[in-house]
Amino acid sequence: MTLLTVDNLNVQFNTDEGRITAVDGVSFTLERGEVLGLVGESGSGKSVTAKALMRLNAGNTVYGDASRITLDPGSGPVDVLGLKGPQMKLIRGGAVSMIFQEPMASFAPAITIGDQMVEQLLLHMPIDKREAKRISIEMLERVGISDASKRFEQYAFELSGGMRQRAMIAMALSTRPQLLIADEPTTALDVTIQAQVIDLMKDLVAEFGMGIIFITHDLGVIAQTADRVAVMYLGNLVEKGPVRDVIRTPAHPYTRGLLNALPKLDDLDAALTPVPGDIPSPLERPTGCVFHTRCALAEDSCRTSIPGLVTVKDRHAAACPITAAHNAAQTEGVA
Amino acid sequence: MTTEPLITARNLSVHFPIGGSLFQKAQILKAVNNVSVTIPKGSFFGLVGESGSGKTTFGRALLRAVKIAEGQALYNDGDVHYDLAQMTPEQRKDYYRRAQLIFQDPYAALSPRMTVRDIIAEPLEVMGLTKNREETDARVREIAAKCRLNLEHLRRFPHAFSGGQRQRISIARALVSNPRFVVADESVAALDVSIQADILNLLKALQDDLGLTYLFISHDLSVIAHTCDHVAVLYLGRVVESAPTRELFTRPRHPYTKALLSAIPSLDPDAEKTAQRLEGEIPSPTNPPPGCSFHTRCPYATDQCKQIEPELEGIPGEHEVSCHRWQDLFEPEPA
Repeated sequence: MTLLTVDNLNVQFNTDEGRITAVDGVSFTLERGEVLGLVGESGSGKSVTAKALMRLNAGNTVYGDASRITLDPGSGPVDVLGLKGPQMKLIRGGAVSMIFQEPMASFAPAITIGDQMVEQLLLHMPIDKREAKRISIEMLERVGISDASKRFEQYAFELSGGMRQRAMIAMALSTRPQLLIADEPTTALDVTIQAQVIDLMKDLVAEFGMGIIFITHDLGVIAQTADRVAVMYLGNLVEKGPVRDVIRTPAHPYTRGLLNALPKLDDLDAALTPVPGDIPSPLERPTGCVFHTRCALAEDSCRTSIPGLVTVKDRHAAACPITAAHNAAQTEGVA
Repeated sequence: MTTEPLITARNLSVHFPIGGSLFQKAQILKAVNNVSVTIPKGSFFGLVGESGSGKTTFGRALLRAVKIAEGQALYNDGDVHYDLAQMTPEQRKDYYRRAQLIFQDPYAALSPRMTVRDIIAEPLEVMGLTKNREETDARVREIAAKCRLNLEHLRRFPHAFSGGQRQRISIARALVSNPRFVVADESVAALDVSIQADILNLLKALQDDLGLTYLFISHDLSVIAHTCDHVAVLYLGRVVESAPTRELFTRPRHPYTKALLSAIPSLDPDAEKTAQRLEGEIPSPTNPPPGCSFHTRCPYATDQCKQIEPELEGIPGEHEVSCHRWQDLFEPEPA
């Protein structure tokens, strides 16, 4: 049974400057034990997509009528966008947990780490305080925090950055969620600590078998963690597929541009090629293909018609008719 | 590139008093401890380290934005020779024109209430470098054009610009006084990958055009690898290794540099996971470990490392390393 199905997700925000589109027609699925990487730059809609899964977007959010998010935590499918009031408890911290970028901002500063962990356990599980404390300390130990029972009594400011992120992960996993959403969980950390946290998260997927949506702007982190990847640009999903296929043979000009702009350590002489132009403001969303303003391959048709995802190979798909036509011509040439 | 030094730091230390009150002596935090580096004229000198390594403080000491506690920093440019630790007020005023800083976050560095023209012109006006408004405007237009901003941009306010454009405004402001030495502190860290390459290329082009010398501070080794000609690696306020970029990246000699390099997530999903992970985190600089500051995390530490602080020693290839064991750890490859 597929853990998560997102179908035609549309998210708009009502603002003083009008209604802006943050996510447009995004569809993907996630299985248990699978890590899906969601990559994109600022304004790509990756965080808005993730927050939609837990309905954490602000009050001015408008979800599209045809949008569906279906979660199956094992007890039958749940229509996430249809949940109301207290029913939200099921997804928020219950079947779904989230880890944020800035662990310092995610913990309450005046409540101990332990009290925060116990509070959410009591909310979601039919257990008493003592049991909740036992589970919390066990979880803190599991994520590699030494002296867990001492840390349990401490406040977030007493922990170092890496330690805080570990505590955040422990808290997120203590309710045994089916789906874990990690929004740039390693971005604020130093590389040596990032490597530790990535290793830890991989171990935990293997151990708990939950599905993970891993959001990041760092393609290197994606390559090391994800099984499949979805690339977003200005609210659209422009390419998705197994991580090897997308990184080795990117099919969308934007994905190619991102990879070319990335400084690589194995080739110090390679020139850095920026993607030309700037990311347009969401208030001035380009017509047609959203990437046409920065795309070297853009033709007249790209300015008017919105491209859909076309299969490149097996589960690898990209939303670019120009490269698709090019690939088709090549395949014919070979045959 | 000439090998004549523009900046020479000898045994430079910066101390911050922390805590302390009427009744209690303040503790001394040695943010930069006994650092010696030579920055040649016209170089792109990289400084890399994790948070708390003292890289920003070192940059600020060279700008004389913080006090130099011990040691020397010399600025030599043609007929101008300054000892940064002991400048007269006149020298200092002149030095502040010659040495400029580009900040990390272009969203925080620009006043939202000033037009781009006023932002760029402010240093000229404060330092009294131009005689009248016409001259100021001409200078602003000239530097703006070099930073690829157009005339129409000058009349607008920062909120109208994207991250990449804002960083170009910050660069124009830093360069308007015609400095010789520019400290770029994490100047691309807040930018998206597709924009980052553009700013790096711009910094390079401006260097050739204006004859600048950069101190480029970054936590990102792959960015350093692609832009700098020489790199110094900082750990807990000390230089642990320093070498020309290619030498450092192909033959790292210090265990910390090696660990840093292997912690960078590779773009290749099948990259061998031989990477040795560093345990633990960078210790607090208020209470640095005795001996080699890296011994608490170093897999090769011996009793000697725990007691005796290694000196930075010169080895072939303009390479310097501060490690008791570099010779037995990294045998020279057979010729």
